[in-house]
Amino acid sequence: MAANEQAGTALRTDPNAKPRSSTYKKKLTLYGILFALPWILGILLFSAYPLLMSIYYSFTTYSILDHGEWVGFGNYKELMGDRTFRISIYNTLYYTFISVPLNIAVGVGLALLLNTKIRGQGVYRTLFFIPSLVPAVATTIIWLWLLNPQFGLVNYWLEQIGISGPPWLGDERWSKPSLILMSLWGVGQAIIIYLAGLQDIPQDYYDAADVDGANTLRKLRHITLPLMTPVIFFNLIMGVIGTMQNFVLPYTLTNGTGSPADSLMFYVMYLYQNAFLYLKMGYASAMAWILFLIVLVLTIVIFVTQKRWVHYQGKE
Amino acid sequence: MRRRKPLVAKHVAAHFFLLVFGLFFLSPFLWMLSTSLKPNEELFLWPPKWIPSNLMWSHYPDAFSYFPFLSYLGNTLTITALATLGVLFSCPLVAYSLARIPWKGSKPLFGLTLIVMMLPYQVTMIPIFIVFKNLGWVGTNVPLWLPAFFGAPFYIFLLRQFFMGLPKELEDAGRIDGASELRIYAQIMLPLCKPGLLTVGLFQVMGSWTDYQGPLIYLSDEAQYTLMLGLSSFKTQHGAEWQLMMATSVMITLPIIVLYFVVQKAFIRGITFSGLK
Repeated sequence: MAANEQAGTALRTDPNAKPRSSTYKKKLTLYGILFALPWILGILLFSAYPLLMSIYYSFTTYSILDHGEWVGFGNYKELMGDRTFRISIYNTLYYTFISVPLNIAVGVGLALLLNTKIRGQGVYRTLFFIPSLVPAVATTIIWLWLLNPQFGLVNYWLEQIGISGPPWLGDERWSKPSLILMSLWGVGQAIIIYLAGLQDIPQDYYDAADVDGANTLRKLRHITLPLMTPVIFFNLIMGVIGTMQNFVLPYTLTNGTGSPADSLMFYVMYLYQNAFLYLKMGYASAMAWILFLIVLVLTIVIFVTQKRWVHYQGKE
Repeated sequence: MRRRKPLVAKHVAAHFFLLVFGLFFLSPFLWMLSTSLKPNEELFLWPPKWIPSNLMWSHYPDAFSYFPFLSYLGNTLTITALATLGVLFSCPLVAYSLARIPWKGSKPLFGLTLIVMMLPYQVTMIPIFIVFKNLGWVGTNVPLWLPAFFGAPFYIFLLRQFFMGLPKELEDAGRIDGASELRIYAQIMLPLCKPGLLTVGLFQVMGSWTDYQGPLIYLSDEAQYTLMLGLSSFKTQHGAEWQLMMATSVMITLPIIVLYFVVQKAFIRGITFSGLK
């Protein structure tokens, strides 16, 4: 970028080049700030200020109705004894730990299948992608109907193969698996990402493996999967961050109640309830910070393990 | 010839599995269409019936009488248009500054952008709500589009990448000719960045169209509801009328699917970008 600016000035050389170049630099700085101004204001207004206020609120009993009072770590202490809070953490972690790996396995598996050089690849790709375009609220409605214990298509199918279907969303043991099933339906976006990753792997590697007489399975294990790890790694992180903030599906599914028996009460749902239903905004702010910390810790843990299993091309 | 055989077998197997899994993926979608067109007495048949004996297109206009579709559509389109305008105004400007204008602050500002991108929405949600409340904008659609005019980190990141890929000679030529920075930006660089702008615009349209949490927090008057909010309250009130719920679900999903087929490339570009960089 510096070379750039020199080229611009060098072409206008004249005896008093030096002062001109410094005014030119100033001009560029001015333009740089001017162009970035919306975002500079945006960061201040919608990130920096709210961030500071959020810390402050988390130490108070602020609600929309009154300014509350300073309670120090009171909210955090109260949360530790809050039963619904603990349930919501359990539900959220349960969902994250099962649905993220499952989504990766299914996504990579289908991407591998789709990556076979066969006719109609584009059609198949579209087939898997379309469900991920369906808005979450519509997804909820479709699956409520599919998973209807009495008249649902899923239980009908299960009956055909001799299994009597569970009550799905009506039973606290089956409600989270139901949600995981729904999340798998939207795996299409991830498939597109994995496919792009697969297509980035140079053909040379496979040609070399062919010469050595490697079979499909060995190529998969020693070339494809290792070279897919950076993409999987990225999707793992984004998946964990996303599922920890899971809200719209369980909220619309249960009209915000988290029933049956709080089994679908997720962290952000409880946070939302506290902030906008009970107007306990200080309490909810404390929850937001704890969530931030949990997500941060999980992300760091994943990053630390990176060295053991993520292979970047060209490095070793 | 010996190598061809396993290849054919492999292709047949791939087609078989893709077809089976593909139909499995598509079936909820087809089931939605089928239910939306079924006569009421066929809804609860056992075994379920895929193809209605009689196509009840009337469910669609019927849904209108329960659900003010057009007015919700208008509300949704207003928010979507303003928010998309907002990001298309702010994000390329900022991205251009970060990618092409050599000034000292560009690197730190880019670093900040990455940090903001990682900040969870929940942390800033409450204070921002309080600010909008104090400004008297809660209960209006302003909070749902105004922030877009101040930039969004992911789009800035994406467009910065686009600008970085353009040849350096372009703006140098403009600068030598004495064009102002604004003209270089608007007349040379922005037109070259069209695919990026298309992707950003598309993502924002999708985001605003399907947004649920934002309208849920900020809109309380039913007259201002968006389609998503309307559909979820419709579900609460008429949860057993599956044919109508499916008809409305089809109506809010179809525009997105049409959009996908129109600008498929921009879609795929945005998604792969978000996953690889």
